[in-house]
Order: sequence, then C-alpha cells, then structure tokens
Amino acid sequence: MGLKHSKQMAKEALAKKVMAATQTGLPICDRPYQVIAEQVGTTEDELLDIMQDMSSQGLIRRIGLVPNHYALGYRFNLMTVWDVDDSEILHLGQQVGQLNFVSHCYQRPRKAPDWNYNLFAMVHGRSEDDVAQQVETIQQLLGPACRDMAQLNSLKILKKTGLRIR
Amino acid sequence: MELSNQDRDLLNAVQKDFPLHPQPFKVLSDQLDIPEQEIIERLNAFQQSNAISRFGAVFDHQRAGASTLAALAVPEHEIEHVAESINALKEVNHNYQREHEFNLWFVINACNQAEVDSVLTHIAAEFDYPLLDLPMEKGYHIDLGFPLW
Repeated sequence: MGLKHSKQMAKEALAKKVMAATQTGLPICDRPYQVIAEQVGTTEDELLDIMQDMSSQGLIRRIGLVPNHYALGYRFNLMTVWDVDDSEILHLGQQVGQLNFVSHCYQRPRKAPDWNYNLFAMVHGRSEDDVAQQVETIQQLLGPACRDMAQLNSLKILKKTGLRIR
Repeated sequence: MELSNQDRDLLNAVQKDFPLHPQPFKVLSDQLDIPEQEIIERLNAFQQSNAISRFGAVFDHQRAGASTLAALAVPEHEIEHVAESINALKEVNHNYQREHEFNLWFVINACNQAEVDSVLTHIAAEFDYPLLDLPMEKGYHIDLGFPLW
C-alpha cells in the first residue's frame, strides 16, 4: 500500500469518527473541540481542520444547538402538505421555507392517485390558534397556485432516534 | 419554560455558525457582549432542563447516505403491530402516527439508495398496505435552525 493511499484511508477513518463524535454532541465547556479531539485521538488543530473541510464540502450543514421546541413552549406542531403548481413551486417553496415558524420545507414527488401533494412544510406554534393562523398564512402565500392541501396532525411518536453513521 | 429576550438571543445565536475556533464561546462572548463563562453556564442550564435537544454538528444526510420519507395506510387495529415491525428496522429513525388515511409516517436512512430500496421492498413484502415512497426532491428549508420568537 502506498504512503499516500494509507494516509487517505487514515483521514477517512478519522472523518467517520469525527462525524460520530460530533453529532452525538459537543460538550458545552471552554474548549469543546479539545475534548472531542482527545476522544477521537487527534489534535485540536487537526480536528478543526477536518470539520472546516466537512463544512466547506457541505457535509456538515451547520454546527450549533437544536432546540427542544416542545420544552421551549412550542407544543403544537403540524405537518402540512400542499399540491402546488409545478411551474411555481420553486419560488413559492423558497418563500414558504423562509417563514419563521416553518422548521422544514421540502419538495417531494406526487404519487397519483394516492398522493397528490408535492410540498411539505412542518410548522410549530405555542397554541392551536397559532398553528391555524400559520396554515392560513401559507395558504394565502400560495394563492391560486395551490390546488389542495392537507394537515397531518401527529397522534403519537412511535420512534425517534438520532441518526447513526456507520 | 419561559424565555427572557436575552435567552432567546443566545439560543438563536448558537443555532448556526457556531465558531470553529479553539475557544468558540469566547468568540460568541465578543459577538454577544455576554461574558464567556455566563454563556457556558446558561447553555449548560438549558441542556440540563432539557430545552436543548442536541448541541453539535448537523450533517447533510443526503450526502452522508440516502434517505426517504415513507408512509403506510394501515387499518386502525393493525397500527401497533405494524409500527412494532417498522420500528425494529435499524434504518428507520423516525416514526409518527398521523391523522390521515396514510397514518404511519417514517424516515428511512441508509448508506446508499440500494439499501433504502431494499428496506422498502422488505416492508412492501411484509405488509400488503398502500405504501408511499417520497424522497426529497428539493429542500427549501433544511434544518438550518429555527428562530425562536
């Protein structure tokens, strides 16, 4: 095995370890990266370099905290789905995605005849009225480009686990 | 939990662009004009009171592997039994019961598309219910943080 090749392999193995360690969580202390570097067996500088690379490549989307919406008082959430005109979904999707109460907004395929919605928006609010108002706001924003919509209230969380990188 | 305006500003500031710097909280301290140790103490308190789900790196799972959102239309009395089988699959990491004809909604994550497809095939073979495979075609707001207001 060439030196260059083995270096590359070591780098990839380290990158995987870094992914596993940093998505479980960074410690909230003076030198969080130092703590992770020790866990994965590298230096703080090298860890910062690797994470910088992953960020520029888009593999790390962001570094920061994920709030617990529920504990912070946003107890009502709703998956809303919309049948939006294909010729308008690009600019309308972007506008819906920018609404401050929308946490996720995706375009997904229709599956006729069972499923005719192509835009998904997850909304969060402090009350049922909040959420009803948010749905109204999206409805108005989409206007005549929207043919139909549905609200899929969640009845039960059956499974929720963090992602494992293997 | 009630948030003060300062709490909200702090939580919003730490949702994205957390500094890749040996002393990230010091960088934030300069930006927010709050002492470094106070930031660390308050964030730890938030974490202990469960107001933070997670603090770390959020990866682009489309790049890190393959995924899809799937839904099944299951008769009401079969829901628990079906959910149990679905939850047992290691590739499934979210599963919600929702109010709709398609009442079981779950996310499948795997290393590549072939593995995602094989999980779908497995589910379709095990349960003879309408199944939707709705992979993301475009993201208009992919978990870039959620501004608290």
